[in-house]
Amino acid sequence: MAGRYHAPFAEQGSHTVDADIANRLLKIALAKGGDYADLFFEYSVSGSFGYDEQILKSARRAVSMGLGVRVMKGDATGYAYCEDFSFDTMKQAAQTAAEIAAGGRPVAPREVSKRSTPSRYPVDVESFDVEGEAKKAILERADRAARAADPRIIRVDASFAESMREILIANSLGHMAHDRQPLIRFGVHVIAEDGGNRQSGSSGGGGRIGLEYFEEKTPEWHAEQAVQQALVMLDAREAPAGEMEVVLAPGDSGILLHEAVGHGLEADFNRKKTSNYSDRIGEVVASALCTVVDDASLRGSRGSINVDDEGQLPNRSVLIENGILKGYMQDRHSAEFFGTTSDGHGRRQSFRSHPMPRMTNTMLLGGVDEPEDVIRSVRRGVYAKKFGGGQVDISNGDFVFSLTEGYLIEDGTLTAPLKGVNLIGNGPEAMRNVVMLGHDFEVSDGIWTCGKEGQSVPVGVGCPTIKIASMTVGGTQVASG
Amino acid sequence: MRDSHEEAKALIELGHSVTERARRAGADVAEAGVHSGSHLSVKVRMGAPELVEDAGARALGLRVMVGQRVASTYTSDMSESGQRTLIEDALELARLSEADEFAGPPDPSDLSTESQWMDLDTFDDCVSQIGADEALTRALRGERAAFDFDARVTNSEGASFTRARGVSVLVTSGGFAGTDYGTYASIVVNPVADDEGGKKRSGHHWSASRHYSDLEDSHLVGQEAARRTIAQLGAKKLPTQELPVVFDKDAARSILGLFAGCILGGSIWRKSSYLVDRVGTRVASDLVDIVDDPLMPRAPGSRAFDGEGLLSRRNTVVESGFLKSYLMDTYSARKLGLRSTGSASRSPSGGISSSASNLVLKTSAHSRDELLADTKHGLYVTGMMGFGFNAVTGDFSRGASGFLIRNGELTDPVSEVTISLNLDQLLQRIDAVANDLDQRTAIASPTFRVSSMTLAGS
Repeated sequence: MAGRYHAPFAEQGSHTVDADIANRLLKIALAKGGDYADLFFEYSVSGSFGYDEQILKSARRAVSMGLGVRVMKGDATGYAYCEDFSFDTMKQAAQTAAEIAAGGRPVAPREVSKRSTPSRYPVDVESFDVEGEAKKAILERADRAARAADPRIIRVDASFAESMREILIANSLGHMAHDRQPLIRFGVHVIAEDGGNRQSGSSGGGGRIGLEYFEEKTPEWHAEQAVQQALVMLDAREAPAGEMEVVLAPGDSGILLHEAVGHGLEADFNRKKTSNYSDRIGEVVASALCTVVDDASLRGSRGSINVDDEGQLPNRSVLIENGILKGYMQDRHSAEFFGTTSDGHGRRQSFRSHPMPRMTNTMLLGGVDEPEDVIRSVRRGVYAKKFGGGQVDISNGDFVFSLTEGYLIEDGTLTAPLKGVNLIGNGPEAMRNVVMLGHDFEVSDGIWTCGKEGQSVPVGVGCPTIKIASMTVGGTQVASG
Repeated sequence: MRDSHEEAKALIELGHSVTERARRAGADVAEAGVHSGSHLSVKVRMGAPELVEDAGARALGLRVMVGQRVASTYTSDMSESGQRTLIEDALELARLSEADEFAGPPDPSDLSTESQWMDLDTFDDCVSQIGADEALTRALRGERAAFDFDARVTNSEGASFTRARGVSVLVTSGGFAGTDYGTYASIVVNPVADDEGGKKRSGHHWSASRHYSDLEDSHLVGQEAARRTIAQLGAKKLPTQELPVVFDKDAARSILGLFAGCILGGSIWRKSSYLVDRVGTRVASDLVDIVDDPLMPRAPGSRAFDGEGLLSRRNTVVESGFLKSYLMDTYSARKLGLRSTGSASRSPSGGISSSASNLVLKTSAHSRDELLADTKHGLYVTGMMGFGFNAVTGDFSRGASGFLIRNGELTDPVSEVTISLNLDQLLQRIDAVANDLDQRTAIASPTFRVSSMTLAGS
């Protein structure tokens, strides 16, 4: 058995959960008359190293494990969890969850059998099996490179985080699936100072991959990116305020898609008719240039999964095709409502939470324009290069994004870097305003984490260079005249 | 409560056992935080139960030092093998990390003892006894009230009721052992209304408290949620302009939250705050007084001792607009050549950082309505969106929604605009503060007005 950390419920573990135990627990879960039940076993180890002031200053590791039992009766969910795998404790959790259907007649679950799953993130050597010294060395390299890059860099900190999430799902439909989900994340953050002016810059990346990540994106490369961002920002000027043309850089800008469109296409909001995309399948919801997909199968990407947290197998879901709304992202409960089958978007933060429709890797596919032509076509606007984060109001699609790196475009050329830029708009409106798409599609290896109802899950994003004809830029400089 | 005392005793014993084992394994310093809690959370939607979640959880966090090398570990696996892994990993990681000359536990003479701890009344047995049926009834009543309030409320994101109780202990090899008890109950209602152009508007209102009797009636919460949702119907952009901005207490709290992140010792020594080297200087208008008070009875952020075992105390952060002090734990105080303000917070995973407890912007004698009446033209902000804040520079720009103020009255609803101004200037431009503070949250502010900000819209 490879790997330093192993789930107690796995084969050869101290509390192996086999089909027989799963069947017994599912039977208890449905003893009060639920329609559906699932068991979610999780063992998750995470660790982090923080390199700061030229020493490895912090080192952390955490183990979290337990079983979440869910019982559904109609639209109602009973949920309970426990943190050890003794049969009595698990049985108690199953009984608590079953209470939602109190008073009903027992329902027999289907006998579970193991599902075979794809292998989208094979890792030769899991990060936890690599000695700590090697991770320390990576952080040292980033620190050294950033310090050497420019005398104005006054602070550098670098961090490396790793996790391994092992899950086993069994449900009353007879499915049982197991997965090990590795994830690493690296980041370097610098502060540059010139006179009294201080600015920060950062760069990071990772995915479901081992330390071979750093062969392609070296710690030095990330350090250089962070330094450049901070130095550029030292010269940044106040951003303009008002409506103008906006060009989004490839890769990271996919986060705008995630917020502006993705959330509104999660099936739960549409089942409840609280999304602005409710009842609109088949309608034009974006410019004809736009095709948006959610793809769980990208090799090694942060948002990829082999199996979702309900035991369903996700692939590539087409959400919008040439501007036309094709479908929503389904979990099992919503799929039942829509009379379809789940396309594997049922995800949850941990065994302590119930699953709901969530994104995996959400992407706007590339077009035919030369990226240079896209920028050249703008008389006065903003070029959005790096995003800090964003938020959306699902009910109407209004969104806000903040840029960590953005530039003014004047007469088709990037001129000054801008500080404190926000982009604000409305999802469907922005999608109708997409007027050019580059052929430079890119998947971001950024470290995106999506939050919904208090639950966080890792996601991926991707897009080409995008031109949006009009968007509100929230700067401080009100144009005169 | 008696059960909780028994539970605390067991947790303290576990804490002693783990710290002693860590010491025997080679740690010079060992500190264990043990938590045990339970919660019940229900959600209803369209008049029917949607979720009943009922669970208990335990967690064990360990921080060790070998010389001045630090590491921390955490586990929810309380078994013997789980504890062994926790201790072994901590020591392995400590040996990997490098000596930090500022690391170390607080001076033992600074540690607080039981006789010094104030009873902050943060635990209410009634909260822990709320059952699923009662919780569902409360939530259903809240949602019903929202629907009944106005026919334009046509849909719902649901209503939730949560109750939680927890016991946490801290045991350190430096000789500290303390217990913290807490309960918490909350209700939130999220109505949805149809707006013009096929748009929908969702809004919400909530109440939360340590004691069950302090929780707002769910009927009133539902009505207020509906009122807020309906008021936003027909919201439009405004033209780009400079104008006075009034932040209602919810929006004002989130501004104060940004400031809170910039006065922490950890942000200061990392130079990740625009307030580096600013103690003794003006950071806000003279109408602004800000205190961090962990000793307020029944408040959300109250604690008798801090995350390192130091006695909690009230700290004046801003007085008449002048910055008086940062909030520091032992480490950040040492880094800055100062003394801890008793502001250490220990995360479940064992890490220590400086943090605010109940950070409050003091009220004035004027009501919110008086403040509004005194505003000829401006934007009244009730909600903000996005993360547009750079702590290093203080640059602030966020999406905002609310109402246009005309001749002292709230008029047209506004959305899809951004408001921008550097936080340093924003706080210095506060030219009116109201008296409508509420203590639902640890960071709390009354309504205030900023004399001028940039609004970006159409």
